[in-house]
Amino acid sequence: MTGNGWLQFLLFSFVLILLMRPLGLYMARVFQGERTFMDPVLGPIERLLYRLFGVRPDEEMSWSQYTIAVLLFSIVSMLLTYFIERAQHWLPWNPQHFAGIVPDLAWNTAASFTTNTNWQSYSGEAVMSYFTQMVGLAYHNFLSAAVGIAVAIALVRGIARRESKTIGNFWVDATRSVLYVLLPLCIICAGLLVQQGVVQNLKPYTTVTTVEHQTQTLAQGPVASQEAIKMLGTNGGGFFGANSAHPFENPTPFTNFLEMLSIFIIPAALTVALGKMTGSPGHGWAVFACMAVLFAAGFATAYWAEAQPHPLLHGIDQHATSLQAGGNMEGKEVRFGISQSALFATVTTDASCGAINSQFDSFTSLGGMVPLVNIMLGEVVFGGVGSGLYGVLIYVVLAVFIAGLMVGRTPEYLGKKIEAYDVKMSMLYVLIFPLVILVFTAISSLLPMGLNALGNNGPHGLTEILYAFTSGAGNNGSAFGGLSTNTHWYNVSLGFTMLIGRFLMMVPVLALAGNLARKKSVPPSPGTFPVHTSLFTVLLTGIILIVGALTFFSVLSLGPTLEHLLLRAGQLF
Amino acid sequence: MKQTLIIAIRFTLITTLLLGILYPLAITAFAHLVFPNKADGQLISRNGQLIGSRIIGQSFAADRYFHGRPSAAGNGYDATSSGGSNLAPSSQKLLTRIQADAAKYQQEANGQTVPIDLVTASGSGLDPDITPAAALFQVRHIAQIRGLDESVVRNLVMAHIQPRQFGILGEPRVNVLELNLALDALQQH
Repeated sequence: MTGNGWLQFLLFSFVLILLMRPLGLYMARVFQGERTFMDPVLGPIERLLYRLFGVRPDEEMSWSQYTIAVLLFSIVSMLLTYFIERAQHWLPWNPQHFAGIVPDLAWNTAASFTTNTNWQSYSGEAVMSYFTQMVGLAYHNFLSAAVGIAVAIALVRGIARRESKTIGNFWVDATRSVLYVLLPLCIICAGLLVQQGVVQNLKPYTTVTTVEHQTQTLAQGPVASQEAIKMLGTNGGGFFGANSAHPFENPTPFTNFLEMLSIFIIPAALTVALGKMTGSPGHGWAVFACMAVLFAAGFATAYWAEAQPHPLLHGIDQHATSLQAGGNMEGKEVRFGISQSALFATVTTDASCGAINSQFDSFTSLGGMVPLVNIMLGEVVFGGVGSGLYGVLIYVVLAVFIAGLMVGRTPEYLGKKIEAYDVKMSMLYVLIFPLVILVFTAISSLLPMGLNALGNNGPHGLTEILYAFTSGAGNNGSAFGGLSTNTHWYNVSLGFTMLIGRFLMMVPVLALAGNLARKKSVPPSPGTFPVHTSLFTVLLTGIILIVGALTFFSVLSLGPTLEHLLLRAGQLF
Repeated sequence: MKQTLIIAIRFTLITTLLLGILYPLAITAFAHLVFPNKADGQLISRNGQLIGSRIIGQSFAADRYFHGRPSAAGNGYDATSSGGSNLAPSSQKLLTRIQADAAKYQQEANGQTVPIDLVTASGSGLDPDITPAAALFQVRHIAQIRGLDESVVRNLVMAHIQPRQFGILGEPRVNVLELNLALDALQQH
């Protein structure tokens, strides 16, 4: 580890904190329907869009209407993407003449992008046409993020409103997410990315004759426009197979910094919006503090682990000096070194992004455990765009409930009594997640069709399978890439995992939102547990860690922990 | 329900037109007007022929060139098949590969320890860079092969070290293609 490595972490955190407040306050205005400085430009476009959709923007929805709108939109847009993939050989912008995508891969990819997961069983430059990437995939990068924001905002409204039957209008929330938040930020980011060297064209691949007279074909494409929303929407689906390790997707340390910032900025800003919209800024900060602590702990662990020399290598200089970063460089790029690789790995799995700038499969056992554990905690450390906020609010409800049990009073959260129905919905959310991960991992570890895909043997192989289903259920999309998942079994099972991890978990959230919205507000009493204090931050952090540890400790022992111990004892596989 | 479905279909089609087609085309137009070279991948030509992209690594096998890192992209530096080796630190295959490469390098360098990046595959398989340590490590061997003074080659490497961006971001690095082109240019005069 180096001083500069830590300095890069501090700089990143500083810039994040600097930018999240103005964006969060702006987003609160956007979703409360107030005027913003963007109105003169975007107002007319917004009204035109509502006319074209046939939506009356002042018509509010109950939680069940809201849920139906989310689900119907997701089904329609998923089907469209499926058919675009299947028919890409008849569609324009296919200079490499790629064939249509086969059914199981098309299903997996459509589910993957609709659920904001961006799991990729394919390598973009080898199978996907520019049209499919732009219209089928990047489109979902916008809209799955907008759906996430909309659901989070609906939940916040449920907390903030009193005796209300409605929680907002889904079409309005999704439209305003795209128009006022995602699109403007994307245009700025895409411009900066192109300036740094991310490619953006619709040309056929370029063939060159290298210095040593070999032929090299350079994959091209409209990358910058997709890269911007891939990060800002915490989607993570790379244009190329190597994702953000590819120099055309992430050419400089600055683009790396910008991409990491893009992942965190909206989820972090949403904690500010939470404080603003519920009239309790202190609560927003308390939630932010919990996330910040878990983020710092994750980075410190990953950075330390990846900077360690490999115990079994001889004759190789693995130490950090002014001339090299040292440490575990397998799967990492020289321009990023250890610090920016560990930071990217932490950020992308704290959030539900899943973009990668280094290969997690080649991380040290403990370093690779950090992204895995981050996803297992429910991606609530800032988390996905929207899904991070509603995920952490579920834990907040549990924390308040447990605090209430400890002092023997009916728990309250910002003036709302937390009752049996609310806790049941929260528990449903918490339980669906490990259930789908562990069941599918167990099946895959037993059947030949699961085991044949392994890229590494021993405990690391179990980690590969476990990571795949954790990533799918958490809608993350990053992978231990050695597992060859472009098979019928993995395409189909991971497709279901992603859909369950998204929509089965979203329904309890919206039910909770509807139930909270219709409650009366009770004034705080001496027995009310305050949710803006550092004590609350400690409790919330504890609950997140305990739930995660109780659920996944045993399987983590059999995977990364065992691998670490065996490697120290000199055992290879 | 039926009305919601109709809205869902209209919403999907209209936003697809806006975000799937208009937005990327607008960014493409902007990129070509303002940064045409970067939008196309910073291609380099020598004697009127395209020889590569400045930011995509290519394979250097000959002794007279600085070597880049091992590549797991296709059969090595295949820019239509980017990716890493995905081998675990506990993989026998990985350890065998690293030690075999390291043994070759050590032989060329009188048993000096080999910088780690020179024997590890990058995440993309297309890493255009090596560390300054890995470039300096190869100086003596290349000077010998080319019949150049060691200090000349060393100065060339020093001149090609890119420091951290803005003095803080990332790590110092040397672009292998640019360094080798400069090396060739050195001996043409």
